[in-house]
Amino acid sequence: MISRIDAIKIIADHVDDDELVISTTGMISREFFVTQDRPGNFYMLGSMGLASSFGLGLALLNHNQRVVVIEGDGSTLMSMGTLALIASEAPPNFLHIILDNESYESTGAQPSITGQIDLAEIAASCGYRHAERVEGAEQLARALTNGEGNHGPRLILAKVGIAPVKNISRVTHTPVEIRDQFHGAVAQNMA
Amino acid sequence: MTAIEPSAFWEFVKSRGITFVSGVPDSTFKKTYDHMVDDPEIRYVPAVREDVALGIASAAYFQGEVGAVIMQNSGIGNVVNPLTSFSLMYQVPVLLIVGWRGYGGPPNDAPEHWVMGTKSTEILETLELPFEILETEGFEDCIDRLLATMNEKSVPGALLIRPGVVL
Repeated sequence: MISRIDAIKIIADHVDDDELVISTTGMISREFFVTQDRPGNFYMLGSMGLASSFGLGLALLNHNQRVVVIEGDGSTLMSMGTLALIASEAPPNFLHIILDNESYESTGAQPSITGQIDLAEIAASCGYRHAERVEGAEQLARALTNGEGNHGPRLILAKVGIAPVKNISRVTHTPVEIRDQFHGAVAQNMA
Repeated sequence: MTAIEPSAFWEFVKSRGITFVSGVPDSTFKKTYDHMVDDPEIRYVPAVREDVALGIASAAYFQGEVGAVIMQNSGIGNVVNPLTSFSLMYQVPVLLIVGWRGYGGPPNDAPEHWVMGTKSTEILETLELPFEILETEGFEDCIDRLLATMNEKSVPGALLIRPGVVL
Protein backbone atom coordinates (compact mmCIF):
# COMPACT_ATOMS: atom_id res chain seq x y z
CA MET A 1 0.00 0.00 0.00
CA ILE A 2 1.34 3.44 -0.86
CA SER A 3 1.63 6.29 1.59
CA ARG A 4 -0.72 9.19 1.26
CA ILE A 5 1.99 11.66 0.32
CA ASP A 6 3.15 9.34 -2.47
CA ALA A 7 -0.44 9.23 -3.71
CA ILE A 8 -0.51 13.02 -3.56
CA LYS A 9 2.69 13.21 -5.62
CA ILE A 10 1.06 11.04 -8.30
CA ILE A 11 -2.06 13.20 -8.25
CA ALA A 12 0.06 16.38 -8.50
CA ASP A 13 1.81 14.94 -11.58
CA HIS A 14 -1.60 14.58 -13.24
CA VAL A 15 -2.95 18.03 -12.40
CA ASP A 16 -3.02 20.35 -15.41
CA ASP A 17 -2.15 24.03 -15.03
CA ASP A 18 -5.73 25.17 -15.57
CA GLU A 19 -7.34 22.78 -13.11
CA LEU A 20 -8.63 23.96 -9.75
CA VAL A 21 -7.72 21.74 -6.80
CA ILE A 22 -9.60 21.89 -3.50
CA SER A 23 -7.87 20.00 -0.69
CA THR A 24 -9.47 19.17 2.63
CA THR A 25 -8.43 20.28 6.09
CA GLY A 26 -5.55 18.73 8.00
CA MET A 27 -2.63 16.78 6.64
CA ILE A 28 -3.98 16.40 3.10
CA SER A 29 -3.75 20.17 2.51
CA ARG A 30 -0.32 20.29 4.15
CA GLU A 31 0.98 17.41 2.07
CA PHE A 32 -0.41 18.90 -1.15
CA PHE A 33 1.10 22.27 -0.21
CA VAL A 34 4.63 20.86 0.23
CA THR A 35 4.26 18.71 -2.90
CA GLN A 36 2.93 21.27 -5.37
CA ASP A 37 1.97 24.75 -4.23
CA ARG A 38 0.20 26.70 -6.98
CA PRO A 39 -2.39 29.55 -7.18
CA GLY A 40 -5.09 27.16 -8.40
CA ASN A 41 -4.96 25.25 -5.10
CA PHE A 42 -7.53 26.08 -2.48
CA TYR A 43 -6.35 24.77 0.88
CA MET A 44 -9.46 24.27 2.97
CA LEU A 45 -7.75 24.87 6.31
CA GLY A 46 -10.87 24.35 8.40
CA SER A 47 -14.47 23.36 7.74
CA MET A 48 -14.02 19.61 7.57
CA GLY A 49 -16.46 18.21 5.01
CA LEU A 50 -16.87 21.47 3.05
CA ALA A 51 -14.28 20.89 0.30
CA SER A 52 -16.67 18.80 -1.80
CA SER A 53 -19.55 21.28 -1.73
CA PHE A 54 -17.24 24.23 -2.46
CA GLY A 55 -15.76 22.29 -5.39
CA LEU A 56 -19.25 21.41 -6.58
CA GLY A 57 -20.21 25.09 -6.63
CA LEU A 58 -17.13 25.97 -8.67
CA ALA A 59 -17.80 23.14 -11.13
CA LEU A 60 -21.46 24.13 -11.59
CA LEU A 61 -20.66 27.79 -12.18
CA ASN A 62 -18.35 27.02 -15.08
CA HIS A 63 -18.64 23.71 -16.92
CA ASN A 64 -15.43 24.46 -18.82
CA GLN A 65 -13.47 24.61 -15.59
CA ARG A 66 -12.09 21.28 -14.36
CA VAL A 67 -12.35 20.93 -10.58
CA VAL A 68 -10.51 18.33 -8.51
CA VAL A 69 -11.50 17.74 -4.89
CA ILE A 70 -9.06 15.80 -2.71
CA GLU A 71 -10.28 14.70 0.66
CA GLY A 72 -10.03 11.91 3.19
CA ASP A 73 -12.37 9.20 4.38
CA GLY A 74 -13.21 11.18 7.52
CA SER A 75 -14.21 14.36 5.68
CA THR A 76 -16.20 12.38 3.10
CA LEU A 77 -18.10 10.61 5.87
CA MET A 78 -18.77 13.94 7.57
CA SER A 79 -20.67 15.21 4.54
CA MET A 80 -21.81 12.02 2.85
CA GLY A 81 -25.01 13.68 1.67
CA THR A 82 -22.82 15.75 -0.65
CA LEU A 83 -21.97 12.57 -2.58
CA ALA A 84 -25.65 12.23 -3.44
CA LEU A 85 -25.87 15.91 -4.39
CA ILE A 86 -22.80 15.74 -6.66
CA ALA A 87 -24.28 12.71 -8.39
CA SER A 88 -27.63 14.46 -8.73
CA GLU A 89 -26.15 17.68 -10.16
CA ALA A 90 -23.75 15.59 -12.26
CA PRO A 91 -21.11 18.15 -13.30
CA PRO A 92 -19.02 16.49 -16.04
CA ASN A 93 -16.00 18.59 -15.03
CA PHE A 94 -15.79 17.23 -11.48
CA LEU A 95 -13.15 14.77 -10.23
CA HIS A 96 -13.46 13.58 -6.65
CA ILE A 97 -10.46 11.84 -5.08
CA ILE A 98 -10.74 10.22 -1.67
CA LEU A 99 -7.49 9.21 0.02
CA ASP A 100 -8.79 6.50 2.32
CA ASN A 101 -6.50 5.41 5.13
CA GLU A 102 -9.39 4.24 7.30
CA SER A 103 -8.40 6.71 9.97
CA TYR A 104 -8.38 10.26 11.27
CA GLU A 105 -4.66 10.51 10.78
CA SER A 106 -4.42 14.28 11.23
CA THR A 107 -5.64 13.97 14.82
CA GLY A 108 -3.57 10.92 15.77
CA ALA A 109 -4.71 8.08 13.49
CA GLN A 110 -7.85 7.17 15.38
CA PRO A 111 -9.79 4.60 13.31
CA SER A 112 -12.66 5.64 11.04
CA ILE A 113 -15.31 3.23 9.77
CA THR A 114 -14.17 2.82 6.15
CA GLY A 115 -12.57 -0.53 6.96
CA GLN A 116 -16.15 -1.78 6.94
CA ILE A 117 -17.76 0.39 4.28
CA ASP A 118 -16.74 1.26 0.73
CA LEU A 119 -17.22 4.92 -0.19
CA ALA A 120 -16.65 4.15 -3.90
CA GLU A 121 -19.63 1.78 -3.86
CA ILE A 122 -21.70 4.44 -2.16
CA ALA A 123 -20.71 7.02 -4.79
CA ALA A 124 -21.53 4.55 -7.56
CA SER A 125 -24.94 3.80 -6.11
CA CYS A 126 -25.59 7.55 -5.70
CA GLY A 127 -25.06 7.87 -9.45
CA TYR A 128 -21.50 9.07 -10.10
CA ARG A 129 -20.74 8.44 -13.74
CA HIS A 130 -17.57 6.60 -12.74
CA ALA A 131 -16.49 5.44 -9.31
CA GLU A 132 -13.59 3.12 -8.74
CA ARG A 133 -11.46 1.87 -5.91
CA VAL A 134 -7.71 1.66 -6.52
CA GLU A 135 -4.72 0.37 -4.59
CA GLY A 136 -1.10 1.12 -5.31
CA ALA A 137 0.70 3.64 -7.47
CA GLU A 138 0.06 2.03 -10.85
CA GLN A 139 -3.69 1.69 -10.39
CA LEU A 140 -3.94 5.28 -9.14
CA ALA A 141 -1.94 6.67 -12.07
CA ARG A 142 -4.07 4.69 -14.54
CA ALA A 143 -7.30 5.90 -12.94
CA LEU A 144 -6.09 9.52 -13.10
CA THR A 145 -5.16 9.16 -16.77
CA ASN A 146 -8.57 7.65 -17.50
CA GLY A 147 -10.14 10.53 -15.57
CA GLU A 148 -8.86 13.20 -17.92
CA GLY A 149 -11.49 14.99 -19.96
CA ASN A 150 -14.97 16.01 -18.96
CA HIS A 151 -16.67 12.69 -18.32
CA GLY A 152 -17.58 13.13 -14.67
CA PRO A 153 -18.64 13.24 -12.06
CA ARG A 154 -15.88 10.73 -11.43
CA LEU A 155 -14.69 9.39 -8.10
CA ILE A 156 -11.39 7.69 -7.38
CA LEU A 157 -11.07 6.04 -3.99
CA ALA A 158 -7.40 5.37 -3.32
CA LYS A 159 -6.57 3.15 -0.41
CA VAL A 160 -3.46 4.56 1.29
CA GLY A 161 -1.40 3.66 4.33
CA ILE A 162 -1.04 5.51 7.59
CA ALA A 163 2.34 7.18 7.19
CA PRO A 164 2.65 10.60 8.83
CA VAL A 165 5.27 12.89 7.31
CA LYS A 166 7.61 14.08 10.06
CA ASN A 167 7.95 17.83 10.65
CA ILE A 168 5.67 18.69 7.75
CA SER A 169 5.09 22.40 7.25
CA ARG A 170 1.74 24.01 7.74
CA VAL A 171 0.38 25.95 4.77
CA THR A 172 2.36 29.16 5.10
CA HIS A 173 0.01 31.41 3.10
CA THR A 174 -2.51 33.35 5.15
CA PRO A 175 -6.18 32.49 4.52
CA VAL A 176 -6.69 35.76 2.63
CA GLU A 177 -3.61 35.05 0.50
CA ILE A 178 -5.03 31.61 -0.36
CA ARG A 179 -8.32 33.26 -1.26
CA ASP A 180 -6.77 35.94 -3.45
CA GLN A 181 -4.35 33.62 -5.27
CA PHE A 182 -7.21 31.23 -5.98
CA HIS A 183 -9.43 34.09 -7.10
CA GLY A 184 -6.71 35.10 -9.53
CA ALA A 185 -6.42 31.55 -10.89
CA VAL A 186 -10.19 31.35 -11.48
CA ALA A 187 -10.17 34.72 -13.25
CA GLN A 188 -7.22 33.73 -15.42
CA ASN A 189 -8.98 30.53 -16.49
CA MET A 190 -12.14 32.48 -17.35
CA ALA A 191 -10.24 35.04 -19.43
CA MET B 1 -48.85 45.33 6.03
CA THR B 2 -48.85 43.84 2.54
CA ALA B 3 -46.40 41.02 2.07
CA ILE B 4 -43.64 41.44 -0.50
CA GLU B 5 -44.47 39.69 -3.75
CA PRO B 6 -42.01 36.93 -4.73
CA SER B 7 -41.36 38.56 -8.11
CA ALA B 8 -40.57 41.94 -6.51
CA PHE B 9 -38.22 40.31 -4.02
CA TRP B 10 -36.25 38.31 -6.58
CA GLU B 11 -36.15 41.03 -9.22
CA PHE B 12 -34.49 43.25 -6.66
CA VAL B 13 -32.07 40.56 -5.46
CA LYS B 14 -31.13 39.79 -9.08
CA SER B 15 -30.66 43.50 -9.79
CA ARG B 16 -27.87 43.37 -7.19
CA GLY B 17 -26.06 40.66 -9.14
CA ILE B 18 -27.14 37.68 -7.03
CA THR B 19 -28.15 34.78 -9.29
CA PHE B 20 -26.43 31.74 -7.74
CA VAL B 21 -28.41 30.30 -4.85
CA SER B 22 -28.28 27.09 -2.84
CA GLY B 23 -30.28 26.04 0.18
CA VAL B 24 -32.91 24.07 1.99
CA PRO B 25 -36.60 25.10 1.78
CA ASP B 26 -38.68 26.78 4.48
CA SER B 27 -42.42 27.27 4.78
CA THR B 28 -41.94 30.90 5.92
CA PHE B 29 -41.45 31.91 2.31
CA LYS B 30 -42.97 29.02 0.39
CA LYS B 31 -44.13 31.01 -2.64
CA THR B 32 -40.94 33.03 -2.71
CA TYR B 33 -38.91 29.81 -2.68
CA ASP B 34 -41.00 28.25 -5.44
CA HIS B 35 -40.70 31.41 -7.52
CA MET B 36 -36.90 31.29 -7.26
CA VAL B 37 -36.70 27.63 -8.24
CA ASP B 38 -38.75 28.39 -11.37
CA ASP B 39 -36.78 31.52 -12.30
CA PRO B 40 -34.58 30.71 -15.32
CA GLU B 41 -32.27 33.60 -14.44
CA ILE B 42 -31.36 32.01 -11.11
CA ARG B 43 -29.14 28.93 -10.88
CA TYR B 44 -30.48 27.09 -7.83
CA VAL B 45 -28.80 24.07 -6.25
CA PRO B 46 -31.03 22.19 -3.78
CA ALA B 47 -28.56 21.32 -1.02
CA VAL B 48 -28.79 18.47 1.46
CA ARG B 49 -27.77 20.63 4.43
CA GLU B 50 -27.26 24.32 5.08
CA ASP B 51 -23.48 23.98 5.48
CA VAL B 52 -23.33 22.27 2.10
CA ALA B 53 -25.37 25.15 0.66
CA LEU B 54 -22.89 27.62 2.11
CA GLY B 55 -19.98 25.76 0.49
CA ILE B 56 -21.71 25.74 -2.89
CA ALA B 57 -22.91 29.35 -2.82
CA SER B 58 -19.51 30.68 -1.69
CA ALA B 59 -18.04 29.60 -5.03
CA ALA B 60 -19.77 32.61 -6.64
CA TYR B 61 -17.36 34.96 -4.88
CA PHE B 62 -14.50 33.58 -6.97
CA GLN B 63 -16.38 34.51 -10.13
CA GLY B 64 -16.68 38.09 -8.90
CA GLU B 65 -20.24 37.68 -7.64
CA VAL B 66 -22.02 37.08 -4.36
CA GLY B 67 -23.91 33.83 -3.83
CA ALA B 68 -26.90 33.29 -1.58
CA VAL B 69 -28.02 30.58 0.82
CA ILE B 70 -31.73 30.19 1.47
CA MET B 71 -32.68 28.37 4.66
CA GLN B 72 -34.70 28.44 7.87
CA ASN B 73 -33.10 29.58 11.11
CA SER B 74 -32.83 26.04 12.48
CA GLY B 75 -30.02 25.74 9.93
CA ILE B 76 -28.02 28.46 11.65
CA GLY B 77 -26.67 25.69 13.87
CA ASN B 78 -25.47 23.81 10.83
CA VAL B 79 -23.55 26.77 9.41
CA VAL B 80 -21.70 27.96 12.52
CA ASN B 81 -18.56 25.91 11.76
CA PRO B 82 -18.27 26.85 8.06
CA LEU B 83 -19.04 30.48 8.93
CA THR B 84 -16.21 30.59 11.47
CA SER B 85 -13.58 28.41 9.80
CA PHE B 86 -14.37 29.23 6.16
CA SER B 87 -16.39 32.41 5.52
CA LEU B 88 -14.98 34.58 8.29
CA MET B 89 -11.47 33.13 8.07
CA TYR B 90 -11.11 33.59 4.29
CA GLN B 91 -13.39 36.65 4.29
CA VAL B 92 -15.76 35.32 1.64
CA PRO B 93 -19.15 37.06 1.66
CA VAL B 94 -22.39 35.19 1.05
CA LEU B 95 -25.98 36.35 1.58
CA LEU B 96 -27.98 34.19 3.99
CA ILE B 97 -31.73 34.48 3.39
CA VAL B 98 -33.19 33.06 6.59
CA GLY B 99 -36.79 32.21 7.42
CA TRP B 100 -37.37 33.14 11.06
CA ARG B 101 -39.27 30.23 12.57
CA GLY B 102 -40.33 30.61 16.19
CA TYR B 103 -40.22 34.40 15.97
CA GLY B 104 -41.18 35.87 19.33
CA GLY B 105 -40.68 32.57 21.15
CA PRO B 106 -43.38 30.38 22.73
CA PRO B 107 -46.24 29.89 22.00
CA ASN B 108 -45.50 30.96 18.40
CA ASP B 109 -44.77 28.22 15.89
CA ALA B 110 -43.85 24.62 16.79
CA PRO B 111 -41.87 23.70 19.93
CA GLU B 112 -38.76 22.75 17.97
CA HIS B 113 -38.44 26.40 16.87
CA TRP B 114 -38.82 28.04 20.28
CA VAL B 115 -35.18 28.09 21.36
CA MET B 116 -33.67 29.03 18.00
CA GLY B 117 -36.54 31.47 17.45
CA THR B 118 -35.36 33.50 20.42
CA LYS B 119 -31.60 32.92 20.01
CA SER B 120 -31.05 33.49 16.27
CA THR B 121 -30.00 37.13 16.49
CA GLU B 122 -27.82 36.49 19.55
CA ILE B 123 -25.88 33.82 17.67
CA LEU B 124 -25.35 36.16 14.72
CA GLU B 125 -24.22 38.92 17.09
CA THR B 126 -21.80 36.57 18.84
CA LEU B 127 -20.26 35.73 15.47
CA GLU B 128 -20.22 39.47 14.62
CA LEU B 129 -22.15 38.77 11.44
CA PRO B 130 -24.18 41.68 10.09
CA PHE B 131 -27.90 41.04 9.76
CA GLU B 132 -31.07 42.88 8.84
CA ILE B 133 -34.65 42.06 9.72
CA LEU B 134 -36.61 42.40 6.50
CA GLU B 135 -39.56 44.80 6.55
CA THR B 136 -42.21 45.16 3.88
CA GLU B 137 -41.77 48.95 3.77
CA GLY B 138 -38.53 49.91 2.08
CA PHE B 139 -37.31 46.33 1.75
CA GLU B 140 -34.94 47.40 -1.02
CA ASP B 141 -33.06 49.75 1.32
CA CYS B 142 -32.88 47.01 3.93
CA ILE B 143 -31.20 44.60 1.49
CA ASP B 144 -28.89 47.31 0.15
CA ARG B 145 -27.77 48.22 3.67
CA LEU B 146 -26.89 44.60 4.36
CA LEU B 147 -25.06 44.11 1.07
CA ALA B 148 -23.09 47.31 1.63
CA THR B 149 -21.92 46.12 5.05
CA MET B 150 -21.06 42.67 3.68
CA ASN B 151 -19.08 44.23 0.87
CA GLU B 152 -17.29 46.69 3.13
CA LYS B 153 -16.24 44.02 5.65
CA SER B 154 -16.04 41.12 3.18
CA VAL B 155 -18.15 38.89 5.43
CA PRO B 156 -21.45 37.01 5.12
CA GLY B 157 -24.66 38.71 6.16
CA ALA B 158 -28.09 37.42 7.14
CA LEU B 159 -31.46 38.67 5.97
CA LEU B 160 -33.99 37.50 8.57
CA ILE B 161 -37.51 37.02 7.25
CA ARG B 162 -40.40 36.86 9.72
CA PRO B 163 -43.59 35.01 8.80
CA GLY B 164 -45.83 37.14 6.57
CA VAL B 165 -43.16 39.57 5.33
CA VAL B 166 -42.78 37.78 2.00
CA LEU B 167 -45.27 35.37 0.48
